[in-house]
Amino acid sequence: MYEFSYHKPSSVADAAQAIGAADDPKILAGGQTLLPTMKQRLASPSDVISLRGCRDLVGISSDGSTVTIGAMTTHAAVASSADVQKAIPALAALAGNIGDAQVRNRGTIGGSLANNDPAADYPAATLALGATIVTTKRELSADAFFTGMFETALEEDEIITAIRFPVPHAAAYAKFDNPASRYALVGVFYAKTSDGPRIAITGAGQGGVFRSTEIEDQIAAGKTPDSSSINESDLNADIHASAAYRKHLIGVMAKRAVAAAG
Amino acid sequence: MSATGIGASVKRKEDFRFLTGRGNYTDDINQPNQTYAYILRSPHAHAKIKGIDTTAAKSAPGVVAVFTGEDMQVGSIPCGWGVNNKDGSPMNEPFHPALAQGKVRHVGDQVAVIIAETYSQAKDAAELIEVDYEELPAVTNSEKAIAPGAPLVHDDAAPNNMCYDWELGDEAEVDAEFKNAAHVVSIDLTNNRLVPNAMEPRAAIGDYNTGTGEYTLYTTSQNPHVIRLLMGAFVLQLPEHKLRVVAPDVGGGFGSKIYHYAEEAIVTWAAGKVRRPIKWTAERSESFLSDAHGRDHISHADLALDADGKFLGLKVYTKANMGAYLSTFSTCVPTYLYATLLAGVYTTPKIYVNVKAIFTNTVPVDAYRGAGRPEATYLLERLVTKAAKQLGMDQVAIRQKNFIPADAFPYQTPVALQYDSGDYEATLKKAMELSKWTEFPKRKAEAASRGKLRGIGISTYVEACGIAPSAVVGSLGARAGLFESANVRVHPTGSVSIYTGSHSHGQGHETTFAQLVSETLGIPLENINIEHGDTNRIAFGMGTYGSRSLAVGGEAIMKALGKVVDKASKIAAHLMEASPEDVEFKDGKFTVAGTDKEVDFGTVALTAYVPHNYPHETLEPGLEENAFYDPMNFTYPGGCHICEVEIDPDTGTTQVVGMTAVDDVGRVINPMIVEGQIHGGLAQGIGQALLEACEYDDNGQLTSGSYMDYCMPRADNLPDFKAATETTLCAHNSLGVKGCGEVGAIGSPPAVINAVLDALHDVGVQDISMPATPQKIWQAIQAAAVLAAAE
Ligand SMILES: Cc1cc2nc3c(=O)[nH]c(=O)nc-3n(C[C@H](O)[C@H](O)[C@H](O)COP(=O)(O)OP(=O)(O)OC[C@H]3O[C@@H](n4cnc5c(N)ncnc54)[C@H](O)[C@@H]3O)c2cc1C
Repeated sequence: MYEFSYHKPSSVADAAQAIGAADDPKILAGGQTLLPTMKQRLASPSDVISLRGCRDLVGISSDGSTVTIGAMTTHAAVASSADVQKAIPALAALAGNIGDAQVRNRGTIGGSLANNDPAADYPAATLALGATIVTTKRELSADAFFTGMFETALEEDEIITAIRFPVPHAAAYAKFDNPASRYALVGVFYAKTSDGPRIAITGAGQGGVFRSTEIEDQIAAGKTPDSSSINESDLNADIHASAAYRKHLIGVMAKRAVAAAG
Repeated sequence: MSATGIGASVKRKEDFRFLTGRGNYTDDINQPNQTYAYILRSPHAHAKIKGIDTTAAKSAPGVVAVFTGEDMQVGSIPCGWGVNNKDGSPMNEPFHPALAQGKVRHVGDQVAVIIAETYSQAKDAAELIEVDYEELPAVTNSEKAIAPGAPLVHDDAAPNNMCYDWELGDEAEVDAEFKNAAHVVSIDLTNNRLVPNAMEPRAAIGDYNTGTGEYTLYTTSQNPHVIRLLMGAFVLQLPEHKLRVVAPDVGGGFGSKIYHYAEEAIVTWAAGKVRRPIKWTAERSESFLSDAHGRDHISHADLALDADGKFLGLKVYTKANMGAYLSTFSTCVPTYLYATLLAGVYTTPKIYVNVKAIFTNTVPVDAYRGAGRPEATYLLERLVTKAAKQLGMDQVAIRQKNFIPADAFPYQTPVALQYDSGDYEATLKKAMELSKWTEFPKRKAEAASRGKLRGIGISTYVEACGIAPSAVVGSLGARAGLFESANVRVHPTGSVSIYTGSHSHGQGHETTFAQLVSETLGIPLENINIEHGDTNRIAFGMGTYGSRSLAVGGEAIMKALGKVVDKASKIAAHLMEASPEDVEFKDGKFTVAGTDKEVDFGTVALTAYVPHNYPHETLEPGLEENAFYDPMNFTYPGGCHICEVEIDPDTGTTQVVGMTAVDDVGRVINPMIVEGQIHGGLAQGIGQALLEACEYDDNGQLTSGSYMDYCMPRADNLPDFKAATETTLCAHNSLGVKGCGEVGAIGSPPAVINAVLDALHDVGVQDISMPATPQKIWQAIQAAAVLAAAE
């Protein structure tokens, strides 16, 4: 790790200011991705601005039709929230299955979305549920937010403050773990929304999380979903899974997610 | 049986300190004025070093010194075992530099050391070193490495990348058996390369005392005396009395901490140059690139059988990947710890083995939990199960037909070993009972109703441990003896310190050894201390590996205890005015037969040190004894492992749903510790079979270089184990003990793979390689379906 200046503002407004004043700033949330990256010397920010002092970014509220989760809310808090468990049980279950207990106690939903790891779980839920990402500058639809592998529509000095999830009729997440890292090798989040079925796939795509309207159409038509429409050349291949295997798993996981949602 | 003696499941004495964070590991040790080392490693698998510019690094903040191979001209890191080629000529043994000399041979090879006031400063400075590499083509696979035109890892020092081409047995004689055979069953298989992954990464602190001229090395070692010998005598030319090696608490080894590593020599040597202590601690990514890896065999084998399924002959051809350099025990693993085990538990009369040891541009390969015996067991037990299938025989029946019968011991195998004891029917029978073998079809049908493919697999094995008779291993090429030493020091108040050359890095010696003392002297465990891991405090030692600590180290302790009891009996006889022959010692008390005279051990101990009333004419004061023990033979644990799996055909995922291990480890001193050792071994065996894949790409980059890609077994990968023991005593040591550290990892991988193949049998899959990952299984199912459709 290289040397850097550390800031711990106590509000989002102060954080935004600190970011503006710094040379090459990096926001620190749970640190579960950023700190390992810095230790491996792959990131060398001049200033690290921790959001841990910003109490205004933590918390979960639910009004029956929308669940709002503050960006600094940990995976453990989402997993154990009675509100989330009641309104969107699939989201609570997803959060409860991220990494290990230590990771869940530190890692945050805002950090996970800002990072947009192509194998992360939350992006699938956010996209399938059609959530809104609230930032210090604007509100973004999930469809507009995820722009590619490790890429989002966020600007340099933009902070995610909260995520608003519309409550679906039903939803389920089927995850096939990478045996080693236990990130998603393939994860499929299915949501039955008032606009029809939405399917988001993580772990598989070269461009990060993506929707499959073909699979959504199959479900809308009451058919068993399959992955024949997925283009293998858009999928990742690594030592754990070829593109063909990932394509196959998308079909299996989609089927399982739809079955689990009931 | 006493509550703390032999056979008692005493809780581990050492666990309080480990579980409460009070262990004292190498990285916990700090010396006044200490500096920190960072090792600059090669990013290339194979490259010429045309120049190294360290100027900028040397003047970076906090930097004390920078050294390269040009500065560090020392001896070659030695290999501890010489193996000869078929024609009797010695193996190729290229120079193994501590810091690269003109060439790097694997990703992670040491290029320079930067010593600074802090670790970060050393690491920062390393980025300023400019190494001018000329990249060369690399080779990582042993078969490709001996193909014509392959890149040469050691140029002329190892033509064709060959270390040795060795054989055991007479090929023509075995061929003759094949001519009479009714059946020949052949198999090709790979034993996958593994990263050992001890929980504690390696670390080393070098210290030089300018006042006395003595060097001290603190290191994460399983055998500090061996490191003193290898580094002192061969690399740095430091005599024993000027070099102290301390291996304090060590957090796991599994073999990977046996060997003398470059970093140990670097910090010791450099401490003498900078005249300050130097600490180096590996980062986990460095462990992947610099801890000796395990296994990596490619083998072909043919088994000849008569019409009834009796084994007539076996031929095995193995290519063993040595990596880029010869690590300490690397050469004996695929020969004397592998080929000699290829009789297994069977009466196969004729065996021929050819092993080619081959250099590649990969991390050196050496012993890893089991060392050679898992490779032999995997090959044999896959082959035997395949033979049963091919001949239409029951897989248990074919084994029973060929077992060495319980009344045939001592049994001389055709591959040099003489097994002293065993009862393979007994372990088989018990394992079948515990695993409810005969009810398997019901479980399979129930799983099928849930859409799962269920399979059962078996392996019956023997291994050779308790390493080893010095005379035997010496005749086979070992360059050291493999005895053990012990010192028993009875203190004036009757408490006891044991100084053992064995080293505990998780095995629980502080408890097991104390139980031997408690049993023998009749004193409570809290009065006994086990000291180990310091060449200045322990007279001598050969260390811990090859499941030898109890069978060799424990026997040395028993021998020294015997001497203590002898002398104490004489003192007691004097105190009781009896003749020593009439004195009996039991439960901590000396008595004289037929009288009510009695004196306890504590009184005798005190008398030895306050010898006012003492037989000075015949006895010296004090009560302390040394012993060295050199075993007469290896010990031969054996047993039966049965695995049951369920495979999800939609995804290829395997869940191990049952794992039964019945092992004959000889007399059991602490059943709880033995069970723990077996559990650990099984976890590693299942890890090898299903999860762990150490893989290189064609450029020699390690693609599984972190836990993001290298899959370690976790609790939810494992079932509740059914582990039991079934004992035959070792016939040549006083305790009757064999060894339990490695059996779990030796017996289990073929049981797991046989189970996987049994499950996949119905969908037409005939073969799968380790690790049987979901992707491989899914692909195999697809391929079998395509084949079936074509037929
Ligand atoms: C061992 C391990 C296992 C894991 N397993 C999984 C898994 O199975 N599934 C999974 O989905 N994830 C997994 N993760 C990732 C983890 O759950 C976190 O979600 C992830 O690391 C990012 O969250 P964080 O809060 O730690 O963010 P940080 O690491 O602190 O930050 C990540 C990035 O987001 C930026 N950032 C953070 N917060 C904001 C914000 N509010 N606004 C704008 N930018 C921001 C930071 O600048 C940084 O670039 C794992 C991590 C580890 C270490």
